[in-house]
Amino acid sequence: MSTNDFLLTLSSLTAVSGYEHVSLTEIKKFFQPYCDLVYDDKMGNIIGVKKTKTKTPHKVMLAAHMDEIGLMVKSIDEKGFIKFTNIGGVDQRLLLAQEVIVHGKEELFGVISAKPPHLQSKEEANKAVKMEDLVIDVGMEAEKVKKLINIGDIVSFRSSLTTLMNKYICGKSMDNRVGVAVMIECLKELNRQDIDVELYAAATVQEEVGLRGATVISYDINPDIGIAIDVCHGDTPDVSKDETYVTSKGPVITLGPNIHPKLAKKIMNIAKEYNIPFQTDVDPGNTGTDAWAIQVTRAGIPTLLVSIPLRYMHTTVETVCYNDIANAGKLLAIFIRKLEGELGELLCY
Amino acid sequence: MLLKMLTQAMGVSGNEQEVRDIILKEIHGHCDGITVDRIGNIIAYKKGTANKNKKVMLSAHMDEIGLIVTGITDTGFIKFKPVGGIDSRILLSKKVLIGENKIPGVIGIKAIHLQDPSEREKAIKVKNMYIDIGAKNKEDAEKNVHLGDYIGFDSDYIPFGDNLIKTKALDDRVGCAILIDMLKERYACDLYAAFTVQEEVGLRGAGVAAYTVNPDVALVVEGTTCSDVPGAEEHESATYLGSGPAISIMDRTSYSNKKLSQFLYELAKKNNIKVQYKRTTFGGNDAGKIHVTGEGIPTAAISVPCRYIHSPTSVMSLEDYEACKKVVQLFLYGIENFEIKKWEVIK
Repeated sequence: MSTNDFLLTLSSLTAVSGYEHVSLTEIKKFFQPYCDLVYDDKMGNIIGVKKTKTKTPHKVMLAAHMDEIGLMVKSIDEKGFIKFTNIGGVDQRLLLAQEVIVHGKEELFGVISAKPPHLQSKEEANKAVKMEDLVIDVGMEAEKVKKLINIGDIVSFRSSLTTLMNKYICGKSMDNRVGVAVMIECLKELNRQDIDVELYAAATVQEEVGLRGATVISYDINPDIGIAIDVCHGDTPDVSKDETYVTSKGPVITLGPNIHPKLAKKIMNIAKEYNIPFQTDVDPGNTGTDAWAIQVTRAGIPTLLVSIPLRYMHTTVETVCYNDIANAGKLLAIFIRKLEGELGELLCY
Repeated sequence: MLLKMLTQAMGVSGNEQEVRDIILKEIHGHCDGITVDRIGNIIAYKKGTANKNKKVMLSAHMDEIGLIVTGITDTGFIKFKPVGGIDSRILLSKKVLIGENKIPGVIGIKAIHLQDPSEREKAIKVKNMYIDIGAKNKEDAEKNVHLGDYIGFDSDYIPFGDNLIKTKALDDRVGCAILIDMLKERYACDLYAAFTVQEEVGLRGAGVAAYTVNPDVALVVEGTTCSDVPGAEEHESATYLGSGPAISIMDRTSYSNKKLSQFLYELAKKNNIKVQYKRTTFGGNDAGKIHVTGEGIPTAAISVPCRYIHSPTSVMSLEDYEACKKVVQLFLYGIENFEIKKWEVIK
């Protein structure tokens, strides 16, 4: 599978937070070629394990959440229009004229509808349409809709993957399928190579609603090092440079209380040594990623956070540069390969 | 499929070439004469079988609403303006295709995480929007995108629900599709099918076509507003989806010829075809220019109801489309017997 094909499939899968299981089998398939063992846990996290010949090895865990934001059915009106609420942070302003799939007894195509603009007052037209005033139109009579769809059914956005110039790619759920893609790129780099540590690559659930999958999986695996892979805000004209990272200029390595300082130093030095471009992010507290949950699991876990700059986060046109994914995969592979022998000195303060 | 091919083609007002080419190919061999006039309208002529026949003009516009490139920022993002009437709020987080080579781009928006809570309540103005094509900088963007390039929505053709379709540009490729089919038959009347340009920016092509053809009677075939959705009051819903084609009484640009409208409505009723009157007076269409051309031309309009018109996700019922086609065809067969009232000269 070429890189674009595999992201295309990853992005097209539905895994709205709490409902990742519908794509469990499909996502597992991405890990199988490069892992000795692939399993899923009680919460739906998927874990690929790459074993080592070393006796009593240290454990390293990569974690990237596979869930995506979406919507959920709240009610169905007498004409068959569907009221909905959000799962994860959804900007109500981008919902107008958006295409969705309602996952009922069947998958139903629908478009998001609102009061037509010509019927609105001037003041209304200057305001964002509120989520409570929007409905999904699946184009069926109410009776049929009620037969096929239940309250609580999930709704995913429908947006195919588009390739832009310079290996930029754009689509839905790139937050955080690109993180899953980085793990797979890393596993590919390490394929058929012996490493000194036992490697766990975890695709986690329910990050968007509170880092829940990562909490459970890091307790279960109890790794010596936990590396969260997520997305960070990419450069766009409507945001100041201080708040964003430049797409195509390499993965972003975070510094701050959430991050083990020695690990951060090591990965940066490796990037420099191997001429892999990277950027540095300083986060003074909660990184809002799986890294935040991993760090305080059990007796505490030394944690790193590697992010891919992504434009228009939580929209249907999330945009990244593939080079950043490839570089992140490569950097992590080298970092893991270089974890040899006793890690005591690296991990102690 | 004709409707799919036509709606997927790009034809933002002023740039109807791709649509025009499809239509010319489709009607080739079915007409007695085809001209493309100097503003870009296609006028296709089919001679009638009657001895003293009426000159009837059907009209449908080829253009669609869209955007146009007005600038490129130093960092390589595309600035644009709307072409035709677009509610700017539908533009966010949508995919577009730019220029002849259909360069893909996306209309981005600042991530929700980076917004002030107050920002989330306000609509974003077009002047603050931009398109991302993945360019490194202005120079890189200029390799693919140029000032004045037309921008269309990237929206596929999807059948769904109860015999519905979703696609872009139903307004008015649905009319174009019907006109193409009408040209495949011969009628008693002389038929002129005018595929017009620039309706969305001010009914520009239709006036010119009507002047050239100077018909005895004209029928505009359109896709029109259908607001039978939550948020709109019962009386505000111009048409109902699935209730057949809508016949106009009046709108902001014209009064339909009353007898002609009645004639259409009764034709449908007599033949057990679903039909409805358009119940609101918003908007306008090519009838606005046609009915005041020359000495005045009796004109009516028949439309297929389209939900979410002027958005990339327009929705139409295929049953309404077929019904509209039937009524237009009955109109062409029956128009010879329709009496056009001439002004009487008082002596």
